[in-house]
Amino acid sequence: MCAMPAAPPIEVDRLVKIYKTVPAVDGISFTLKPGSVTGLLGGNGAGKTTTIATIMGLVMPTSGRVSVLGAEMPGQRYRVLHRMNFESPYVEVPMRLTIRQNLTVFGMLYSVPDLGHRIAKLAADLDLTDLLDRPTGRLSAGQKTRVSLAKALINNPDVLLLDEPTASLDPDTADWVRGHLERYCYERNATVLLASHNMAEVERLCERVIIMKRGRIEDDDTPAKLLARYSRLTLEEVFLDVARGDGIPREAAQ
Amino acid sequence: MIDREMTGREMTERTAGSPRRIAAMMLRYWYLLRSSWPRLLDLVYWPTVQMVTWGFLQYYISSNAGFFARAGGTFIGAVLLWDILFRGQLGFSISFLEEMWSRNIGNLMMSPLRPLEFIAALMVMSLVRLAIGAIPVTILAIAFFGFNLYGLGFALVAFFCNLMLTSWAIGIFVSGLILRNGMGAENLAWSIMFLFMPLTCVYYPVTTLPVWLQPVAWLLPPTYVFEGMRALLIQKAFRPDLMLEALALNAVLFAGGLFAFVKLLQSARRHGSLLQTGE
Repeated sequence: MCAMPAAPPIEVDRLVKIYKTVPAVDGISFTLKPGSVTGLLGGNGAGKTTTIATIMGLVMPTSGRVSVLGAEMPGQRYRVLHRMNFESPYVEVPMRLTIRQNLTVFGMLYSVPDLGHRIAKLAADLDLTDLLDRPTGRLSAGQKTRVSLAKALINNPDVLLLDEPTASLDPDTADWVRGHLERYCYERNATVLLASHNMAEVERLCERVIIMKRGRIEDDDTPAKLLARYSRLTLEEVFLDVARGDGIPREAAQ
Repeated sequence: MIDREMTGREMTERTAGSPRRIAAMMLRYWYLLRSSWPRLLDLVYWPTVQMVTWGFLQYYISSNAGFFARAGGTFIGAVLLWDILFRGQLGFSISFLEEMWSRNIGNLMMSPLRPLEFIAALMVMSLVRLAIGAIPVTILAIAFFGFNLYGLGFALVAFFCNLMLTSWAIGIFVSGLILRNGMGAENLAWSIMFLFMPLTCVYYPVTTLPVWLQPVAWLLPPTYVFEGMRALLIQKAFRPDLMLEALALNAVLFAGGLFAFVKLLQSARRHGSLLQTGE
């Protein structure tokens, strides 16, 4: 007897989201493979945040469907929310609580077993051990980002959604965070969807890049193939071609 | 990875309501209260000011008017019961608002925390906040004015349960409005209960209202509590009929509050309001 194939970690099918009369996402489809890291690129207002919010179940689609680990979102979200997590600059962990208190609360919300050990391990991995009993509001921007990342990893998620994970970090700290994310994905075989404006970050972390513009997918391929198709040396140049032009690859235009 | 096995306990916790998640939210609010003395002071300060003001007023008029001399304690009793109603709703709403102020609501909505677990934690925290504020004030009422709220005995339990149910129903409804409409609706959390003050006849009998307004007053559960309190203090008679009617109305009000919250949350998901929690 054949085993049922596992559901894709994230599957978006003809997703449309219209706010009043404005289409934020306009009929996009993509499927992510288990253990893959995918970059979601696009200018401001391209629909990245709405796409991620719909995958998280925070926004209800106007039409189309989104499923995560086989559960329809948002209807069946409680089947899988304990296996997902996210980090975004649009939300913060409570600033008056210490790092340990915040991680304790979120660990309990996600039913994390052996929570004390998990917090100690995360603190050691993210260089937060000496800061555990300090209120989160008294940390530097880089330290706060590491706390947000610790919150996002508290439940060892199989699906991780990251919205600008290294925004406002200095290059050294940003590089350190990227290194930690790489290790986590490798060790856990986690699936990551990463929205970022940092093209170097996307080139380093992502094996696939989805470029959005005005709610639609303009292109979708590996970084190497995108560079070749647009005859460019960096993803930043590809991004500019898509953002400023009609999204037509140079090779096709020629 | 995808088909990782779960233990039976994990499965139960993740599919049904979880006391651990409710405890997590209570712990979150307890940490917050513990870390902030202005928040703790706020719980005690205003109920004390109100009780002292109305207590002295009652002391003055009871020594000058025969009726008020007989109606010993009605003003101060009304103040203390009103405070249960008002502080109960405010305790619920402020805990909810803390999530909006700290921009943490997205984290909670994306976590496995269910709306009913969130509401249960807010209800328990409103009791905790009320206890911190009200117990010292009731003791001061004994010390300053000789009014012992606990002397009401079983009647106090009936009054308290009915007032808390009303306060939670209103708190749940207001929280739904804030989720749907953002912080522009925050003022409702502070002011909505004052709409109830004249209609629920906190300080005077229902017969004081115009005849056409009296049926409206009798639609509100707290009206029965305040009438019941006056019956107890003036006529020395406990009115279980009033308490049962209040309980029935509260059941309707509470179910209505929950229904409205769920609908407003669904509407917030449709309109993307959970992403935009500002004004």
